[in-house]
Amino acid sequence: MFGLIRRILFRSWPMTAGVAIIGAFLVGGWLGPVILGHDKIELGAGDFASEASGEHWLGTDTFGRDIFVFSFHALLPTLTIGVIAGGAATGAGVVLGLISGYIRGPIDTVIRTMSDIAMTIPSLAVLIVIAAYVRATSIEMMALVVAIFAWPWATRVIRAQTLTLREKAFVTVSKLSGEGELEIAFKQIFPNLLPYVMSAFAGTVNTGILAAVGLQILGLGPVDTPSLGLMLDESFRAGALIRGLWWWWLPPTVLLAFLFIGVFLLTVGLDEIANPRLQAAKGKAVVE
Amino acid sequence: MGLTAGYVSRRVLLFLVVVWAAASINFAVPRLAPGDPTAAIVARLESQGGRVENAKALIEAYREKFGLDKPILLQYGLYLSTLPNFDLGYSISFFPTTVTGLIAKHLPWTVGLLLTTLFFSFAIGSILGALMVWPRSAGALKVVAPFTMVMAAIPYYLMALLLLWGLAFTFSIFPIFGAKAIGSELTGFARFGEILYFSTLPALSIVISSIGLWAVTMRGIMVSTLGEDFLTLAEAKGLKGPRIFIWYGMRNAMLPQVTGLAIAIGQVMAGSVIVEVLFSYPGVGHLLFEAIRTNDYPVIQGITFLLVVSAAGAVLIMDLLYPRLDPRISYSAK
Repeated sequence: MFGLIRRILFRSWPMTAGVAIIGAFLVGGWLGPVILGHDKIELGAGDFASEASGEHWLGTDTFGRDIFVFSFHALLPTLTIGVIAGGAATGAGVVLGLISGYIRGPIDTVIRTMSDIAMTIPSLAVLIVIAAYVRATSIEMMALVVAIFAWPWATRVIRAQTLTLREKAFVTVSKLSGEGELEIAFKQIFPNLLPYVMSAFAGTVNTGILAAVGLQILGLGPVDTPSLGLMLDESFRAGALIRGLWWWWLPPTVLLAFLFIGVFLLTVGLDEIANPRLQAAKGKAVVE
Repeated sequence: MGLTAGYVSRRVLLFLVVVWAAASINFAVPRLAPGDPTAAIVARLESQGGRVENAKALIEAYREKFGLDKPILLQYGLYLSTLPNFDLGYSISFFPTTVTGLIAKHLPWTVGLLLTTLFFSFAIGSILGALMVWPRSAGALKVVAPFTMVMAAIPYYLMALLLLWGLAFTFSIFPIFGAKAIGSELTGFARFGEILYFSTLPALSIVISSIGLWAVTMRGIMVSTLGEDFLTLAEAKGLKGPRIFIWYGMRNAMLPQVTGLAIAIGQVMAGSVIVEVLFSYPGVGHLLFEAIRTNDYPVIQGITFLLVVSAAGAVLIMDLLYPRLDPRISYSAK
């Protein structure tokens, strides 16, 4: 078991670096708030809009909150948006992709047309309209709104893979032994799709955070939970860009950039496991 | 071969369905909120302490225009029938101005920014991606490869902020925001230079973060092109390296890359909204942001409708052009 995990972790540099970055975010987001406490991020806890000092390592915002401490509190909620959005979108993608790819027929046409349409629409544009009316009040709500446009991609990946798997011999064997259509799709084909599901999940987490932070920058996000997007939103509202309070918006920007790079590297790493052609190109053994 | 009536009509139908779907979302979402949409908008504005001038006239104009006392299906029909003329109603913040008029004023800025950035990132990214796997290119390029991939992961808006910090704050090379210096009244060529100067940072942030995307896809296509027999033949004929690279390698690898261009137009348009906001660049994206802040719903809907139509339109045009670009592909019925 540990041997397998180690082999997966160290099979390529994108995988190792991606896991390291996401791991650092998880540990920091979990331990940071425990160690640093809540006191310094209360309104008016410190000086207002002061530069970095021994007391406040990254300075304070115009509400007197410590930016270093606030950043740690913002890590987990930011990841949560991505995980919920990615989970919902991948879940929908797996069900729709399996049905569409295995059962085919008219339902395949319907699902494929729907995902084609959803992929053509610039998602951020429609999300802005939805978010402008349905002001998302919680990060869970935000994540679900964002998931509306993340599913087509997952559906397409799963469908394409299902199409090749359904021609395999084990599917014929299952059919001959009298298993039902849905049983074959979910019991026989689904386990073989797991690497693709993982890679689709990482991809949709990425799209989820991307869209959520975008909406937050436009001031359309939830304001009750600290998150990196909220830090950006609040700093822009306070005119931090024009007032030169760069220590307020730069930390969340850099953290988000690392988060996106981490998720991206993870996607690349998972793709290499999922896609045998990439493996063949590298001439490495296939991980069982 | 090539375009068939069936193929064209399927594509046009898909385009119309996308536009219809987007328009229907635009129609339905405000009506999901309880009560009269116009009255709700005005009430919300007033509850925020804003006084709406001509509020009565506005409500009247809307009631008459959309027949809000009529049954919902009739309203829907009327709404759809006004769309082909791009009749998108009136702005609330600038009442007598129509939404179409407002958009027309800001659109040239966005179109200019997008076309330039798209051109540069597509050209540089494609060449870079192709060179990355070209056996005879300098070793330094292969070191650049993972770096561009990583850059591709950073979204436009974060790239914009990083550039702002680096080039506008730390080294004051470029202006922080806007499209002209305060009190500037330049005209002609001087004004053109000023626009270029103020547009450089927003453009740069889009170009840098999308070069990587083009490079990554081009790299993938080029790898498979390299295995083709005609390249070996060209080499055996003794053709010069650059000629093989451009006319035998790049030219064939460009085709799939061009398809990506259509999808990218929509994504870039939506992504540039935030970049425009960050730099206070006077394009459609910034107008959209202002509309969100002032709850100017007709403007919000108008702009998003425009974004959807142009993205779907770009895909349609590319779908229709592609068979001409690549005669090997036949689109006759399956």
